[in-house]
Amino acid sequence: MIRLEDLSVAINGRPILRDVSLDLAPGNVTGLVGESGSGKSMTALAIMGLLPQGARASGRAMLDGQNLLEQPEAALCRIRGRRIGMIFQEPMTALNPLMTIGDQVAEVLRLHQGLDRRSALARARERLDRVGLPGSRFPLTLYPHELSGGQRQRVAIALAIALRPDLLVADEPTTALDVTTQARILDLLKGLVRDEGMALLLITHDLAVMAGMADRVAVMQSGRIVESGTTESVFRQRRHPYTQQLFAASRHVPARAPRPATVPLVQVTQAVRAYRTADGGLRALDGVSLTIGRGESVGLVGESGCGKSTLARVILGLDPLQGGGIRLDGREVTAQGHMPRDLRARMQVVFQDPFGSFDPRWRVDRLLAEPFHLTGRPGDWRDRVAAALTEVGLQPADARKFIHEFSGGQRQRLAIARALIIRPALIVLDEAVSALDVRVRAQVLDLLARLRADHGLSYLFISHDLSVVRGISDRIVVMQAGRIVEEGPPEALVGTPRHEHTKALVAAMPRIPEEWT
Amino acid sequence: MRIGLILGGALAGLALASAALSAFWTPHDVSQLAIAQKLLPPSAAHWFGTDHLGRDILSMAMLGARTSLAVALVAVGIGMGLGVPLGLLAAARRGTWADEAVMRGNDLVFAFPSLVIAILITAVFGPSAVNAIVAIGIFNIPVFARVTRGAALPIWTLDYIRAARVAGKGAALISLQHVLPNVASLLIVQATIQFSLGILAEAGLSYVGLGAQPPVPSWGRMLAEAQTMAVLAPHVAVIPGLCIVLTVLGLNLLGDGLRDASDPRLRVLR
Repeated sequence: MIRLEDLSVAINGRPILRDVSLDLAPGNVTGLVGESGSGKSMTALAIMGLLPQGARASGRAMLDGQNLLEQPEAALCRIRGRRIGMIFQEPMTALNPLMTIGDQVAEVLRLHQGLDRRSALARARERLDRVGLPGSRFPLTLYPHELSGGQRQRVAIALAIALRPDLLVADEPTTALDVTTQARILDLLKGLVRDEGMALLLITHDLAVMAGMADRVAVMQSGRIVESGTTESVFRQRRHPYTQQLFAASRHVPARAPRPATVPLVQVTQAVRAYRTADGGLRALDGVSLTIGRGESVGLVGESGCGKSTLARVILGLDPLQGGGIRLDGREVTAQGHMPRDLRARMQVVFQDPFGSFDPRWRVDRLLAEPFHLTGRPGDWRDRVAAALTEVGLQPADARKFIHEFSGGQRQRLAIARALIIRPALIVLDEAVSALDVRVRAQVLDLLARLRADHGLSYLFISHDLSVVRGISDRIVVMQAGRIVEEGPPEALVGTPRHEHTKALVAAMPRIPEEWT
Repeated sequence: MRIGLILGGALAGLALASAALSAFWTPHDVSQLAIAQKLLPPSAAHWFGTDHLGRDILSMAMLGARTSLAVALVAVGIGMGLGVPLGLLAAARRGTWADEAVMRGNDLVFAFPSLVIAILITAVFGPSAVNAIVAIGIFNIPVFARVTRGAALPIWTLDYIRAARVAGKGAALISLQHVLPNVASLLIVQATIQFSLGILAEAGLSYVGLGAQPPVPSWGRMLAEAQTMAVLAPHVAVIPGLCIVLTVLGLNLLGDGLRDASDPRLRVLR
């Protein structure tokens, strides 16, 4: 049993955590929910003794009557892995790409238990079997790049539980994964807690995931736990205003005026995008046909690798097609260079990563004005930039700032402002709200709904998350393995899915039980 | 970090200022030999003393700075002027024949030992400062091409490049507006490294008599000439040596400082 008592952490004198108290009981899942910067991850790092430089911790983190905060580094090294395991958000970087998965799991066993290589590998095999990577399909000699994201996360879990720790800390373990993969990983974690009697500290920003997983939940805001209790009581009662805000935001549906989509804006017919790969060919798009009406908002849903981002790129004229065609306003869209500028100016894009979307060396006014390259920069471009900034809820004075001076949500507003500035007919939103906190996400979705109503925009809204797309789309298109398998209005598609893949996606959607609301 | 920028700027500025000043004025006229005044220790009249021909070492060092800096500057200019565009081209056309051609050409130049080629060039065309410049400059091209390409490749995968393509910009414009500014900090550091290597190479070539020819003063040749007298009058060897060391050190500090100062992200952290 690990107990945090009045844990406080300050980094360079700035308080990060204040009086955090938590009981992590064996066989129990404790959830820590809150937005980025609320101190969730810092709490986990404090338990592990992995606080960044310049951090000072006070209070107590008790394990078997020892205060972990007072242990020397050598003692902590013995405790990490053996008593406390940890898994991280990003399965792509959590494994060493140059070591086989067998060696990576065995290394932990050899290090802590002094096993020889052969018996360590045997134990590693048994642990990998336990996390759902059976030996018949996943030999120990595989390298991380031969596995999918979900499979890598399973290896990371096998690493963390190799020594059967008392506590497993999972920091956003499924945020980077598809919905169906997320459901399977969460099932695995639940099973491990039940079978091995571990305590699990689950950190997530997703209330629906929390509802399905945690026995007890603590809501964090600005380094404090503002509300805690059994999951059901916290979800039902929502005593603290911050908890109420999180709930309101996570189930927020922007006001949407359905439009009769009669005039087609984009027509994709039998589009084929093929790559040559080491083992033959890959058809990222395999005969995709799709129409987006003028003023229509179309949601495109599918798992990673299904071809949805490829479809976005070919529609934007960034990638060439190997078959079929795309028409925008009845005119041919071709890849890069040959496309007339006035046609290209009919489309803009907003990307997922609010940090990679902007050149860090440019100021905001220049960044937002970049699409004017297509239309010629008008004389009043500074006024247009100021107007665009105002429209997305920022200040005209922000035009002289650099991009790093903005938060993730603000950057996504800037990305929308950049897309809007030349008044395109279509904006492609590629996972545009996936990286945002729930409250910021709700604001951005509202902004998008308002802009659409004001300017008659069409959206192609791409996401792996059906629950986000549902709120903003007039029509949802489901893709699998380069093909469109089902499409329809959101209510019908989620309510009565027909295709097997859609059914799986809908079933995997984490939900807060109806009776808790 | 600031202190490095200031110190580096001061040292490099001092070298540059004395080089510039030597074009108009030096404390003594070094074309006049005064054998009677030879190997004088530092004094009020001759701050750094005199050499074996009675020339004022301070004046010689100032003139030598001009040779060294000019050779290194032009050599780095050749390297950057040709290497950076080649690197940008290779990154923009990554995976195509243009990329291959640039990179294999680089390998070809890299395959030759640079100093040997420099000696070869001066042996064929005769020793002179200009030939030293060309020899050092050619070997700077692949260095800059590789650094530019390597730094530019990851930038081409970023979303803001895709946003620029959606804005209808071509590879050349994107290279110029987005890629170059974002690899500039690396190039500045590389330029200062190559600049100091250029000074060392010039000194080395002059030391063996293949760089600047008499009567043009050069730090490398001053060192070579002082070699036999190093025990007798150590200051004759120490002064040009110190000039080289301090200039190279100053340039390296300046490069680090400029990189930190030119990055808007690092500016805020301070």
